[in-house]
Amino acid sequence: MKKLKIFDIKKAQSIATARSIKLSEDALDQKERANGFLQEVGDVALFIKQIVKETFSRNFEFKEFLRQCYEIGNKSLPLIIITGTIMGLVLTIQSRPAMAKFGAVTMLPGMVAVSLIREIGPIITALICAGKIGSGMGAELGSTKVTEQIDAMEVSATNPIRYLVVTRVLAATLMLPILVLFADAFGFIGSWIGVNIKGDVSLVLFIFQAFGSITFLDFFPAVIKTFLFGAVIGIVGCYKGFTAGRGTESVGKAANAAVVLSSLLIIIVDMIAVQITDMLS
Amino acid sequence: MINSQETNIDTISEEKTTSEVLIEIKNLKKSFGRLEVLKDISLKLKNGENLVILGKSGSGKSVLIKCIVRLLNPDGGTINLLGENVGSIKGKQLSEVRKKIGFLFQSGALYDSMTVKQNLEFPLRRIKKDLNEQGIDDKVAEVLENVGLSNVLEKMPSQLSGGMRKRISLARSIILDPVIMLYDEPTTGLDPVTSDEISELINSVQEKYKTSSIIITHDIACVRLTADRIIMLHEGYVYAEGKLSEFEKSDDPLIMSFFK
Repeated sequence: MKKLKIFDIKKAQSIATARSIKLSEDALDQKERANGFLQEVGDVALFIKQIVKETFSRNFEFKEFLRQCYEIGNKSLPLIIITGTIMGLVLTIQSRPAMAKFGAVTMLPGMVAVSLIREIGPIITALICAGKIGSGMGAELGSTKVTEQIDAMEVSATNPIRYLVVTRVLAATLMLPILVLFADAFGFIGSWIGVNIKGDVSLVLFIFQAFGSITFLDFFPAVIKTFLFGAVIGIVGCYKGFTAGRGTESVGKAANAAVVLSSLLIIIVDMIAVQITDMLS
Repeated sequence: MINSQETNIDTISEEKTTSEVLIEIKNLKKSFGRLEVLKDISLKLKNGENLVILGKSGSGKSVLIKCIVRLLNPDGGTINLLGENVGSIKGKQLSEVRKKIGFLFQSGALYDSMTVKQNLEFPLRRIKKDLNEQGIDDKVAEVLENVGLSNVLEKMPSQLSGGMRKRISLARSIILDPVIMLYDEPTTGLDPVTSDEISELINSVQEKYKTSSIIITHDIACVRLTADRIIMLHEGYVYAEGKLSEFEKSDDPLIMSFFK
């Protein structure tokens, strides 16, 4: 048996002490991180509670709400139209060979319509809006915070949640379904163009074939989830901007975090919505 | 008379208090994490006076006035603002008190997506709902005249110079006819001539609107032009309190570093 010398024992003791200190520091770090996460969850819950409360307050900022609807809806429309058209076109061109193998080319409009309405239209539009609108909200509210404009509103007895947040969240919630409808409609047009590249289908026949495959259960849950996507984009964008730090660097961070988190939440909400729809049907 | 850190501020303040006290702060404490910014601050603002709070950068001057209007929540102590304990009120009650306070931010804090006119109208349209369009236009014109600016109504804040932004910000602060004005570093970032103009404007606002003011600054020119009374903060405590002449005569090294 090998005998340990005294200095070996001391060395082992110091290593053990250092390891136990490191372990306890790691445990503290983890505890702080867990606390930070839980605190953020709590903060988000309180933020949503304030939004709901202020939404039903008497002094609703209707003019600012209309301005935000214009900013979110009208200014995103060209991007959504282009994306929607390309989505329909590409989906049709890519699906045609597979459908042709089964001799089901005539079912192409129906398949594209179901795909666009149930999934691709809402999710692609929501992700584009998360990038365009969510980052805009994060950066705008972040810079408003950094330049003390939010403080200035509070001091002049104006509720910044009511003026800045409620208007943006409601506008995003209401505008996203409308943008999705536009994306779907232009997706159909793109698909019709795609079908006509290698075939000859009139627009009326195309619409008849496309809408013949769509049921209420394709359309209704998809519309409901787009409201949720809009709310997610609005709440996350505003929360990240509203809770930005004090430096200019935090504005960029808020915008980035708004896009990343809202995109992730959109996909999670979509997954849950698909599960619920599947159970109902 | 200059009172050092060890002196009981309460006793001295009570001796001096002959008029109505608008703000009374007792044993105020505020920390950010482990950093104790305000350790034990007690002071009073009397009706009609310009109280200058002097101190080095990071001495907690801005934190102090942000605590007064509850932009920051104090960790300890009490703030009595116009008869209300700021720490215990919220919602409508807090809004009612805030309506009587004008706050000039260091950065101006003008709403950069709005024109000058919209900036000035913003608090009016939300607080003074009984005013019609003509009343709003008249009030905007009045405050603009009082800060010595006109013909800038349709300009955006980004089109204004630093001095003009401060003036517009001051105009927005006084548009609700406040009882108390809080100035956070009003002359920071301005050239000496414009700084003096803003300091004169502070006096003119006090005269016209009969306000009482707390002016946070480390600009001695501004102190000389505006101060009725001075309180110096150092390391989270009230280091000294007195009149301008007393500060200028002081042989305390810290005070001398500001005044000489």
